[in-house]
Amino acid sequence: MRIGLRNIPFVRSVTKISLGLCLALLPTVSSQALASDLTDPAGERLFFLCTKCHEVGEGARHKVGPHLDGIIGRIAGSIDGFNYSMAMRAAGESGLKWTRETLDSYLAKPSDFVPGNRMSFRGMSDAKNRSTLIEWLAAVSASAPGKPGSEPAAASGAPPASFADIVLAMEGDPDYGEYLAGECVTCHQASGHADGIPSIVGLPRAYFVRALFEYKTNVRSNEVMKLRVSNLANEEIAALAAYFSGLEPQ
Amino acid sequence: MTTITRRRFGLLAGAGTATLALPRYLRAQEKPKVVVVGGGPGGATAARYIAKDSEGAIDVTLIDPAEQYTTCFFSNLFLGGYRSFDSITHSYDKLESDYGITKVTGMAVAVDRDARTVRMADGSTIPYDRLVISPGIDLIYDSVEGYSEEAAEIAPHAYKAGPQTLLLKAELDAIENGQQIVIVPPPNPYRCPPAPYERASMMAHLLKSNGVDAKIIILDPKEKFSKQGLFQEGWEKYYPGMIEWYGPTVHGGIGAVDVVAGTVETDLDTFRGDLLNIIPAQKAGAIASQAGLTDESGFCPIDGETMRSTEDENIYVLGDASIAGAMPKSAFGANSQAKVAAMTIRGELTGSKVFPARYSNTCWSLIETDDAVKVGAQYVPQDGRIVSTHSFISQTDEDPATRKANYEESVGWYKGITTDIFG
Repeated sequence: MRIGLRNIPFVRSVTKISLGLCLALLPTVSSQALASDLTDPAGERLFFLCTKCHEVGEGARHKVGPHLDGIIGRIAGSIDGFNYSMAMRAAGESGLKWTRETLDSYLAKPSDFVPGNRMSFRGMSDAKNRSTLIEWLAAVSASAPGKPGSEPAAASGAPPASFADIVLAMEGDPDYGEYLAGECVTCHQASGHADGIPSIVGLPRAYFVRALFEYKTNVRSNEVMKLRVSNLANEEIAALAAYFSGLEPQ
Repeated sequence: MTTITRRRFGLLAGAGTATLALPRYLRAQEKPKVVVVGGGPGGATAARYIAKDSEGAIDVTLIDPAEQYTTCFFSNLFLGGYRSFDSITHSYDKLESDYGITKVTGMAVAVDRDARTVRMADGSTIPYDRLVISPGIDLIYDSVEGYSEEAAEIAPHAYKAGPQTLLLKAELDAIENGQQIVIVPPPNPYRCPPAPYERASMMAHLLKSNGVDAKIIILDPKEKFSKQGLFQEGWEKYYPGMIEWYGPTVHGGIGAVDVVAGTVETDLDTFRGDLLNIIPAQKAGAIASQAGLTDESGFCPIDGETMRSTEDENIYVLGDASIAGAMPKSAFGANSQAKVAAMTIRGELTGSKVFPARYSNTCWSLIETDDAVKVGAQYVPQDGRIVSTHSFISQTDEDPATRKANYEESVGWYKGITTDIFG
């Protein structure tokens, strides 16, 4: 069953689909999870906001936005055959994975969480509504998890990887970091002195990496820094962290 | 003059075992030599990075006619009374003492590309294996009718920092109630696109602070200018009625300037100025065209992957003199380009690792105390050209805290970049 604009219950001239029918069509999903998620039709009603651009459920296709099958656990911007914004692709390449948590942040204000993405939705401010929608989406989308680029929803049961954790697990090349640091030391003095712009010399790797990801995800707002991190891939962030963490203030 | 083509160079470099093909620096037992012409943000940064990162394996010579360098960036803040002249003037001492760079104070007047030597005004020659040209701009005085190098002693351009900046400051300080300043900005392309408009802001700030009731007229050869919305919003807010900007659709075209009479003719009217600040059109510094590195635009085409001149495999051109695609002519940009060139040159001469080029720029402009705006972009090479990948610009109607933070950031940047350039 594909859920899109044309088969949402309260859209004109569309046959109402019962949740019972939905359940019957979703044999692979844990019945317990499904029972608790889908007995609340509020999630489906909230999904109406998304149906202009998205479909979900078996047979779902790309519309203005990508289909949402297997959305939980999917790497952002990763489905072949959909023309994502550069911002969304970059977020995925930086390690953004759609989990309940990241979806919650994204749906709260998409333009803040992934600046420059093309989703034309200003955000859902009510946390309870977001939670309801995400739980419903998780259950329905899991019905067809095997699309290219998607991953089984929390199959391993492992905690979702954050942006920064992926980079922290990498070994950065300090030589590359030294070259890339040329861009940093135009403002952040290589000596570790600070005269209006904070020192970044000797910052611990974990702090350094998280700080850069906070610029990438708009948690930190400085425009110059957001710009500088805009085309830093994971490898480059790891290299910079390796380089700066190995320096000592003079 | 014969030059090896890029392809030919690749073949030579690849055939490293053939003695004939070996570059001179490998045949001789002496260290490879890099000569840098121009001691500004491009040249001094390149010299410092090559010397620093090669750890003495490369001989670096920096040629500049000045004993000390006064930065164009922040010279408007000197005009506005925010900075002392000393604070924007920097010594080359550390480049010599801490990095072992040889500073030659003199004018490089010619390049012999076959012999790979730079000829100085005193007739001496300096040999190089790689040459970095970063001479900044030269002014095309006669692009404004009636203007000349001599006329600039009365009506300063102040677009090369130093004595011209001091002259403009002295004339600005002498402005009295009821007098008028006329600024003629240059046509594109030119050094530091927002500078003439930041300059108008700084002049207005100084006049306002001193209680002087005077007007500033800007007669622009361009229909629009950098950060226009931000400047015009600021002018209306802080200096109502003080700054008037006219583009060509209003003034109809700029005619003759008479620096003695203090007039600028336009199709619309003749404007009188007690202070004329005439900034003519620009081209790459003379040595670039003498060396045959410029094209019909007067600037130097380069390969965006390396900043290498498209005309000579052994020469790199940085900063305002280069045609750096989407990058504006700025100190920040020149400093960024210098790091790419330095890395490439070290790779060629010492075999150190070479990474993909990346460039950046940010430019802050002060409109009034604690109200600075900024614009910036990231760049990468694409098919030999430099293109922008991401950019931002300050928004109109921003909160005062953001603008104040911008100013503080710009002060931090000045300290940072001048340390990065001069050590």
